[in-house]
Formats: sequence, structure tokens, C-alpha cells
Amino acid sequence: MPTDIAIDERPIPAAPDSYGAQAMQTPVSMSPSQNNEEFVAFVQRVRDDKDREAFAKLFRHFAPRVKAFLMKSGANEGLAEECTQEVMATLWTKAHMFDPSRASVSTWVFTIARNRKIDALRRMKRPEPEDLPWGPEAEPDQADVMTLRQESEKLAKAMAELPEKQRDLIQRAYFGDLSHAQIAEETGLPLGTIKSRIRLALERLRHAMG
Amino acid sequence: MGTINHHLTDALLMSYAAGTLDEAFSLVVATHVSMCDECRARLEAFEAVGGTLVDECEVIQLSDHALDATFAMIDKMPEAPDAPWVRERSKDDVFPAPLQDYVGGDLDKVKWRSIGGGVMQAVLKTGGSDKVRLLSIPGGTAMPDHGHRGLELTMVLKGAFEDEDGYFGRGDVEVANQDMHHTPVAVAGEDCICLAATDAPLRFKGLVPRIAQPFLGI
Repeated sequence: MPTDIAIDERPIPAAPDSYGAQAMQTPVSMSPSQNNEEFVAFVQRVRDDKDREAFAKLFRHFAPRVKAFLMKSGANEGLAEECTQEVMATLWTKAHMFDPSRASVSTWVFTIARNRKIDALRRMKRPEPEDLPWGPEAEPDQADVMTLRQESEKLAKAMAELPEKQRDLIQRAYFGDLSHAQIAEETGLPLGTIKSRIRLALERLRHAMG
Repeated sequence: MGTINHHLTDALLMSYAAGTLDEAFSLVVATHVSMCDECRARLEAFEAVGGTLVDECEVIQLSDHALDATFAMIDKMPEAPDAPWVRERSKDDVFPAPLQDYVGGDLDKVKWRSIGGGVMQAVLKTGGSDKVRLLSIPGGTAMPDHGHRGLELTMVLKGAFEDEDGYFGRGDVEVANQDMHHTPVAVAGEDCICLAATDAPLRFKGLVPRIAQPFLGI
């Protein structure tokens, strides 16, 4: 797949700061998953070099979205502000746990924000699945990372094309307005391919760990 | 990852991914996902949906000093990275990590209470109104009906049971609702150990409202 390689060879810090600064002011309709490759590199710089500049870039992009996400989920502004800072700090401390062959940076940020939401808003414990044993020796396959990125972009596109009514239902489910009993047994989400890719990454990881 | 044949529904995985599922049901989901890579992949796909929602989210500005405040928070945090799951576990453990957290250890740490007929249960402490318990049913015995009419999740940890839906061995989970009238029977042999979550009992349904109606004038 030569075209994939061409995409992958783009210089990483292509758009230094501009999208972050703009994101602070305008509701953005671009597809941020296109930036995922850069975000992955930023997370790795945070992990490997404790790079504050890379972290600031992640912060400028994600913090305003996390804050909006938490407010949509029922937090008032003060709580959302406080929780957002905690979510972003968690991103710093857990950078070594991020597996780009299984999740985009946005997805990873989502899971951290969701956990903070359960803790702060619902005041509940969240039982977490057992972690897969994983460390530097299980550094993900670059081809897996690239495929996952492409699948994430396809998913975003497919979701944008869903009928308005269905998109609305999904948003309500994720922002806490629908119980599991109210979610249709068939969600109609096109998740088959991305699931298969994650499944494959899991198999590789299990294999690598013996 | 052995041969798990009965999996979680999309609705359960989606609400767990969204973080809206009650703690009791979340424990069964987390326990099953720990043992089932198929459902782990499905769960992570539903989390990817959450990721796209974050991407599309409108933006709400943080205060001017937010980044500095976050760096200050980071500087105060302990240096050592938290290793993924440091609990000492043996390969022979019956319970995956999330369940061990609630029990305080593996199968030998369960505080069983007899509920008759050789059946034992241990209710696990969770927040929210839904309930989750461990059940131990002697091989060849029918599972007790705990008088529940809502959604019920039953996951096998040891042994097996059978009912109209088939054979449920270690890792399998049965999702049942009030429309189903199952009579699960523990397969002869070793005790069947299950983790079962039930949602809050629905009040004023069925017989009671019909009796109460004339008196309440509704």
C-alpha cells in the first residue's frame, strides 16, 4: 500500500500551533482525527522526554474539548475546569500506557475523561478490565498503528454520515441520557472493521507477551 | 483465551464504554472483558465512538492559567509511573483482577452464606441500586430463582450450567430479561460458581398494582 507510506512519511510537526490556538476560539468542524498522527508523536514525546511543549500542544487541542464534554455530561463550569486539568495531568502520568495500535489519542483521552466523569459526577467506582501486560518490549507494530489510524478516520466519516436521529441517540447514550435498557440491541454503528483491527492488535500483544 | 461462546450485548458494552452503566453490571462486564478478547475488541470499538465524539465536541475555553495549573499539578505528582496491574496473581486464579478487587482475593477469600439446598451466595458491595452476587451451586442442582423480573447477567467462573439457551462454561455470560423463563441447571460434577448482576426490582408491577388500584383510586 504505497499511498499509506506516503501519508506516514509526512513531517511530524507539520502544523505546529495553529490548530490549537484556533480551537480555543471557534467551534471547529474539521476532522481532528487527521491530526492523530501528530498527537501520537506528542504523547510519545511526553512519555520518553517529559516534553512540556508537546504536552502543551495536546492540552491546547484536547482540554477545551474535554471541558465541553464534561459540561455536556452534567458538570458545572467550575467542576468541569477542575476535572479537565486532572484529566490532562493523568494523560501526562499515563503516557506509557497509551497503545496507538488499539486507540487513537482522542479515544484514549475520551476514556480518561469518562473515568473522571464517573468518579466526580456519578460518585461511583468503576471496575476496570484486567490490564493486558504491556511495556516497552511490546512496542506496537507500526503497520498496526497506521491501520488503526485509518480505521478511526473511516469511523469518524461513517458517523458523520449517519442519519440525524441515530447520531442524536448515540450522543445521548454517551452523554448519559440513555440507560442500557434504552439503547437498542442493534446500535447500527459500523464497528466491524475497527473491531477486527483492535482484535488483531490484541492477538499480537498476547503473542508478544507469550 | 479459551472457548467463550456466550458474549455481552452491544447495549451493555456501549453503556459501559460511555460510563453510564451501574457499578454492579460494570463489574460483570469488566470481569468478562478480562477473559474475552472478542468483547475487549468490541468494547474498545465503542470507546473509539466516544473518541470521535470528543473530536467533534464543541470547545469551551479554559481559564488563562489552566495550563500552568496543570503543570503545577503534574509537578506535585509522584514520579514513579503506576505499573499496569501490580497485584500478585497466580495463573491458577479463578477470578480476574476486577473481581478480586471486590472479593479481596481469589475464590478462597469469598465469604459465602448458605441460602439452602447446598447453594451459597455472597453479595458484593457496590454503589447504585443494582445488585451483584457470587453464587455457588452444587453440580446437578437447579439455580435458585431469586424472584427477579428485570435484566439479569450471569457469568460462569467455574464449572458450568445448562439451560434452554445452551451450555455455559467458564467465561460465558447469559443476558436474560423478564421475557425469558430459564431454568439453569448446574452441570453434574464440580460446583458451578457464577457472578450474577440484577437490576433494581420493579415495584408496582404485576399483581400488586392490580390489588392496590381500587384503594388508591388510580
